[in-house]
Amino acid sequence: MSEGGASEGEASEGAAADRDPGLQPERTRLAWRRTTLSGTVSAVLAVKTALHGGPSPAALIACALCCALWLGFLYLAHRRIHTLTSSDTPPSLTPRTAATAALCTVAMAVCGAALVF
Amino acid sequence: MIDLARNVRVWFAPESVRQEGSTPDYRFSLANERTFLAWLRTALALIGGGFAVDQFLPDLRWGWRVGLALALLAAGVLCSLRAVNHWVRCERAMRRGEDLPVSRFPALLSLVVAVVAVAMVFVVLVGWEG
Repeated sequence: MSEGGASEGEASEGAAADRDPGLQPERTRLAWRRTTLSGTVSAVLAVKTALHGGPSPAALIACALCCALWLGFLYLAHRRIHTLTSSDTPPSLTPRTAATAALCTVAMAVCGAALVF
Repeated sequence: MIDLARNVRVWFAPESVRQEGSTPDYRFSLANERTFLAWLRTALALIGGGFAVDQFLPDLRWGWRVGLALALLAAGVLCSLRAVNHWVRCERAMRRGEDLPVSRFPALLSLVVAVVAVAMVFVVLVGWEG
């Protein structure tokens, strides 16, 4: 609740104080966890695909790339969860984090297309 | 198209979102974030499905297998790009106090998934021998 409109800001400030903060940050934290889990499943399947025909240099590179992407996503989720749990009124997600998370997913798909092809 | 280019610029310049309108109740922002994450999970599931088709239908003819896998992977890419774009649009609409954007993407995605599913049934029944 940073500087919004004067009266509107006060109103929502009051509402936030009156109302139970609820489980919103908790739910969002769990949503990040679920998403990390989905990412893990995709990464495991990618590694399985990469190593299907025996370890070749290209397969190992793709494998390493998928693992790096997975670690990158894990790091993003970890930082976001830390932000969510460390304050009473958590700041909203930054577009940069959102874009990076989406790009990790896209890169994994591109990696997968290269592997499948 | 111009809208899309502007949205892409916003992805990497978070400050420009902050300057618009007023900060909404953080609970709404968090709800928007969860929706974004749900779409991202959908994208990851599609990508995982692409890998699964490639891995678990090995008896299929090469063309069909790779075609189906690539279709699923492409759907995953589209889904994740759309997720972040929709998130930016919703965030901006909330800050400006406008109506949330409507989208025909869910309908398109469900049609694509239905077509891929039917194709898969067909291919598994008919093209098994390859």
